[in-house]
Amino acid sequence: MGEVSLIDVSKRFVLRVGNETQTVQALSRVSFTVRDGEIISLIGPSGCGKTTALRIAMGLEIATAGRVTVDGREVKGCGHDRGMVFQHAELLPWLTAMQNVMFGLEMKGMRGSELRDTTEKYLDLVGLGASKHRRPHQLSGGMQQRVGIARALAIDPKVLLMDEPFGALDAQTRETMQEELLQIHVRTRKTILFVTHDLDEAVLIADRIVIMREGRIQEMLQVPLPRPRGDLGVARSTKEFAETRYHVWKALHAAPTGTIH
Amino acid sequence: MAQIVDTNTRTQGQDIASVARRGVPQWVITLSSVAILTLLWEWFGRDINPVFGSYPSAIAEAFWDLAQSGKLAAATFESLRPFAVGYGLAILFGVPFGLFIGRYRVAEAALGIYVTAGYAMPLVALVPLLVLWLGLGFAVKAAVVFLMSVFPICINTWLGATAVPKSLIEVGKSFVAPNTVILRRIILPATLPYIMAGIRLAVGRAVVAMVIAEFFTTISGLGAIIINSANNFDTATMFVPIVVLMVMAIGLNGLIGVIERRVAPWQAEIAGRDQE
Repeated sequence: MGEVSLIDVSKRFVLRVGNETQTVQALSRVSFTVRDGEIISLIGPSGCGKTTALRIAMGLEIATAGRVTVDGREVKGCGHDRGMVFQHAELLPWLTAMQNVMFGLEMKGMRGSELRDTTEKYLDLVGLGASKHRRPHQLSGGMQQRVGIARALAIDPKVLLMDEPFGALDAQTRETMQEELLQIHVRTRKTILFVTHDLDEAVLIADRIVIMREGRIQEMLQVPLPRPRGDLGVARSTKEFAETRYHVWKALHAAPTGTIH
Repeated sequence: MAQIVDTNTRTQGQDIASVARRGVPQWVITLSSVAILTLLWEWFGRDINPVFGSYPSAIAEAFWDLAQSGKLAAATFESLRPFAVGYGLAILFGVPFGLFIGRYRVAEAALGIYVTAGYAMPLVALVPLLVLWLGLGFAVKAAVVFLMSVFPICINTWLGATAVPKSLIEVGKSFVAPNTVILRRIILPATLPYIMAGIRLAVGRAVVAMVIAEFFTTISGLGAIIINSANNFDTATMFVPIVVLMVMAIGLNGLIGVIERRVAPWQAEIAGRDQE
């Protein structure tokens, strides 16, 4: 099981601009549930609160109001039940790919041969078995993010939280990574909450899309593409993809409904 | 076809150029620079009255006399003991203290100001007071070296600890690492290049402090040779300990560089210095 829910989550930031303090309502009563084994894309323009929502789900940020539950149990702070994949991989530069994956596992208390075997298993899963002794700067951006994914998956979390993980990659690498992520999903059946600002990516990856605007959920919709999606080039050419993409595009370009802060 | 040939030639040309650039090792350039400077000094130094200045061959002669009599080795050893103790303590104390004020806001606000002020402290003026507290012997010399070198180490570590990207600390947090583990396994390695820079900067200050201490407390060690020969207008002999100290500082700096590449190899790799 792995189900993560945000329930009435609100977040207010206090910003200091010059001598004035401004409060920014980053999230207002956001509620949604990522069901077991499901992938949800969280999309919206920058500043809409999608990353804040993800960070609150991870426990890196504390909600002003509302709560986060994993399998119905309220969580406070970070936990091994959730694995985070960061936007720029955020590997520790002094550790090799293997040691980076081991870091997460060691924090979970794993030692000895189990630690080594699990690390190698997940590096193989992301296709990096051959480069495991390289340090991050000796890896390409795509490879770095694979290590980031392996590190998060290795601790066997109930939920994988991904913060624009492919946003910094070139278009071709990004497409490869999207396909690989879906293959990994087929194998591991992890629940995934995926933040992106890329329209195509949101549709290709997700079962459902949550569109956010100004800290609120504007719309939730189902993606009618069947799973497994296999070749994403083929998935892109379907009528369902085009329709869903257009629908989300319209939603993102609609006149703002709320007040502008 | 012509174009392809062109490209090939250019690539080859670049290869040759880069080989040529790598061809002259750095130490050869450094040694040539030292040789040229020494020759120039010798050339112009001989024209100066030997009381007002000296030149390399005279200094070498004085060095030989001092070394022969065993005075130089004894003095160097005498100087090195307080130096090693003071400098070692400065590292042992400065690094943890810098990490502490760099990572805890309250500590930074409460104690940072003393570190900043201490760095600019006119230590020479305080030596008489230190003598009253610690006497004229070994302890006061080690204390002067410590006080001169602890601040650059501490300030650099502090600066490094505040410069650790928040995102790397969040990696630790998201894998539920305890604070002590985050400090030891994320903040410390991320700060290491800054720490090493501080330790390097402190070498120079520690050497100066050592000589100051020998001037103003019991006159001893290399500092004593400087003072005594200056009083006898024996300028060439006066230069011997100065040169010895500078060479020692260069050696120590090199040693720190070696240690740095050992403990933080990724730093040199990222900067592309590892092949040189």
